[in-house]
This record gives sequence, structure tokens and C-alpha cells, in this order.
Amino acid sequence: MNLTLKIWRQPDASSAGAMHTYELSDVSPDMSFLEMLDVLNEQLNEKGEEPIAFDSDCREGICGTCGLMINGDAHGPEVTTTCQLHMRSFKDGETITIEPWRSDAFPVVKDLIVDRSAFDRIIQQGGYISVNTGSAPEAHSVPVPRDDALRAFNVATCIGCGACVAACPNGSASLFMGAKITHLGELPQGQPERDTRVVNMVAQHDHEGFGGCTNIGACTAACPKEIPLDVISQLNKDLRTAIKHGH
Amino acid sequence: MTGARAARTTIALKLGMAVSGFIFLGFVLAHMYGNLKAFAGQEAFNEYAHHLRELGEPMLPHEGALWIIRLGLILSLVVHVACAVALWRRAARARTTRYVVKKNTGVTRASLMMRWGGVTIFVFLVWHLLNFTIGKVNPQGGATDDPYLLMVDTFEVWWMTVIYLVAMLALGAHLHHGIWSAAQTLGWTGTAAKRQRAKTFGFVVALIVSVGFSLVPLAVLAGIITK
Repeated sequence: MNLTLKIWRQPDASSAGAMHTYELSDVSPDMSFLEMLDVLNEQLNEKGEEPIAFDSDCREGICGTCGLMINGDAHGPEVTTTCQLHMRSFKDGETITIEPWRSDAFPVVKDLIVDRSAFDRIIQQGGYISVNTGSAPEAHSVPVPRDDALRAFNVATCIGCGACVAACPNGSASLFMGAKITHLGELPQGQPERDTRVVNMVAQHDHEGFGGCTNIGACTAACPKEIPLDVISQLNKDLRTAIKHGH
Repeated sequence: MTGARAARTTIALKLGMAVSGFIFLGFVLAHMYGNLKAFAGQEAFNEYAHHLRELGEPMLPHEGALWIIRLGLILSLVVHVACAVALWRRAARARTTRYVVKKNTGVTRASLMMRWGGVTIFVFLVWHLLNFTIGKVNPQGGATDDPYLLMVDTFEVWWMTVIYLVAMLALGAHLHHGIWSAAQTLGWTGTAAKRQRAKTFGFVVALIVSVGFSLVPLAVLAGIITK
């Protein structure tokens, strides 16, 4: 495959960036998208040019580190992470535009790398439960209904990649928060901190500069883990309940 | 201290929009019912309009109930617009560098039109109130004290009918996304089935409202409703 790549280059956080065009030939359709970028970087290295900086870690779709806006879709045209996207999803001769996540709460560090520590600070505000550590408790001491466990597990698959924010026309992180709220709120262990969790997380979300949700649904379409939109309903319901409880 | 915290969040703004939006929905349904009285003739239409002013008498003064409703609607409008402006400004600040290429995969057109569609409906509202309530302007220079004649004279002018039809298209699109979105904001759509039901409900109500309102001007233009 021969490709034309339009890639965002930005030397550092404080410099202005611009789109640069690269031609890449003999790309195997079996390469992953990141391997394709690796090949481009090898060629740039040989020419003595600065390689393109992008984030990646596990490269098996479970860590949430990689994340690129590819032809206007977060993680590209398939429902998966960028590392699990393969070049067979593109056509020979295609022009591919690659940009970093665009959110003022995720400032660009370099080229395609953004700083997602805003998510960490939201998690610090409530993405946890407080329990006494020590020996493992008896598994049957706290029964969890099957449907609740399933729902909690399903939304716990959120890897915090930030595709929801990147895809959202409002730049909202509601799907991310909704996944965390639902994951912990469905389980008995999550109940004591349920009200403070939602209030603190949403307050931090707003403080970080993420936008408000208008239920457009671009987030759930972009989510590589297919987190459903009903977690945002859960998030809203939990906040409404917290207001009722005087928080 | 914490009480103020939850109420200051973006979700609290969304709740304000959802509740005021549902108040508007109740209003447009009642308004549509009144409009359809035009098919029952001049007498029935005018009697309904007159009755609105006598609603609640003698417990309430003349036009008392009408003004209570109007104040409720004005308050809802202030809340709806204030929350929308605050959320619009936040969204604009949340992404100051735009994408070179951005697709909207899995997104309805109506959901992307909420803000400018809302502005369209607001501009229409001002026009509509000048036409029928505050100004009572008859584009053909005829009677203004007879609601039925004012309505027929207005919609006999083709471009007036066009303005109203465009406004109803905007209202239909706004309700199509707005109704289900409000249900989601109020936390009523916790499962995929409930979400689908809310979306279907929103679409059907949007269709009923936009078609129901459009019937009267179209019937005037077609000569079915006449003086």
C-alpha cells in the first residue's frame, strides 16, 4: 500500500504546530496502525529528521495509552484502539489525516502526544472505594446480584483512553465519568461514598475545563470498549440523588 | 457548602434545561390543541381564545390564570436560555483548537443543531409574539381584535406561512433530540431498552408537534380554512 499521511507536528507544548505531509510506500495491510507509524519514524530517523512522537504502551488494546484522531474518527474507522487498528481498514493510495486528541483539558505535549492527567485528577476525586486492607475477605460475605455484577464489569472495561472526550463536540468527559460512577455504584462496596463520589468527580471534571454533555452520543460511537450511553444517565441520576441528599 | 457544590456543576445546568424544556413541551402541546380548533370554525376558535382569558374565574381575576402560565413560561425561558448560554460557552472553551478533519460518526443531525436551532426558535418566538400577541399585526391590514381573522389573514400571505413552516421544522428537530436528551439528563434512561423508548417517544412527539402546528397554516393556504 502507498499512503499520503497528513500529521500534526508540534515541537513542544508552548510552540505552535502545523500539519505536515509524508509519503509512505510499501505498507503491508497486515501492519497495525502504530507499526505503520514506526516504519515512517525509521525512515525519518534515517533521513536525520525528528521522528513523530506518539503514545503507545501495551499494543494489545487494554491499556488506553495510544489514541489518535484518524481521518476525523477517534482511534480510526474501527471500534477498537489505534494499536489494534490494521492498515487493511484503509485503501491503497488513501490520504490519512492524523491529529492528537483536541481538548483544552488535554494539552498537547508534543506532536500527537497529549497530557491526560486531568483524568487522573478526576479519578483521585472519587474513582476508588475505601476498605480496610489485610487478608482477603470471604467472597460470599457480600452477595452481588448477577445483573449488577455484569453491568459493573461491562463498564469497568473503560481504559481511560480519552476517545470520548476527543469525539465529543462539546469536549465533555461524561462517558468516562459515567463508566466510573456506574462501575463503583453498582457494587455494594461502592455505596458509602456514592454521593460524594459523583459530586467530587463532576466538580473536578468541570474544573478541568471539560464541556457539558448534550447527549449527542459521539462518545459511545468512538469508545473502543463500547461503553453504552446509559452510564451518562446513571451519572446524571446519581448527581440528582446527591443534590436531594443535600450534597 | 457542599450543597452549593452539586448545584454549581454542568449537570445541574443540564437539569435546569431538561425541566424547563419539559415545561415548554407541555405548553406547545396545549398550544397546538388550541390551534387545531381552527378546523372547528371561527366561533369555536375564538371561544377557546376567549376562554383562556376567563380560565380560573371567579377564583382568579380576568386573565389571571393566563398570566400565571405566562410568568411560568417566561421563567422557564430565562432558565433554559441562561443554562444553554453557560453550556455553550463552556463547550467553546473546551476545544479551542479545532480538528482539521472531524467526522460525526453515529450522531444525528438534530443533536448537532440544538444550539443554532434553539436560536432560530427564539427569533421565531419574538416574531410570533409581535405577530399575534404583543403587536397583533395583520399583514393584510384587516381585523386584529378577532383571533380567527388575524390568523387566516396572516397565513393567506404565502411567505408568512413559509416562516411558520421553517420554524416548525426547527422546533421538530429541537424536540426530536431534546425530549430524549432531557429524559437522559433526568436519569430515566438507564438501560438500552429505556434509551430506545425515549428516543422513539421523542421522535413521535416531535412529529406530532411539527405536523400538528403546520396543518393550520397549510389548510389556510390551501383554502380549507377560510374567513
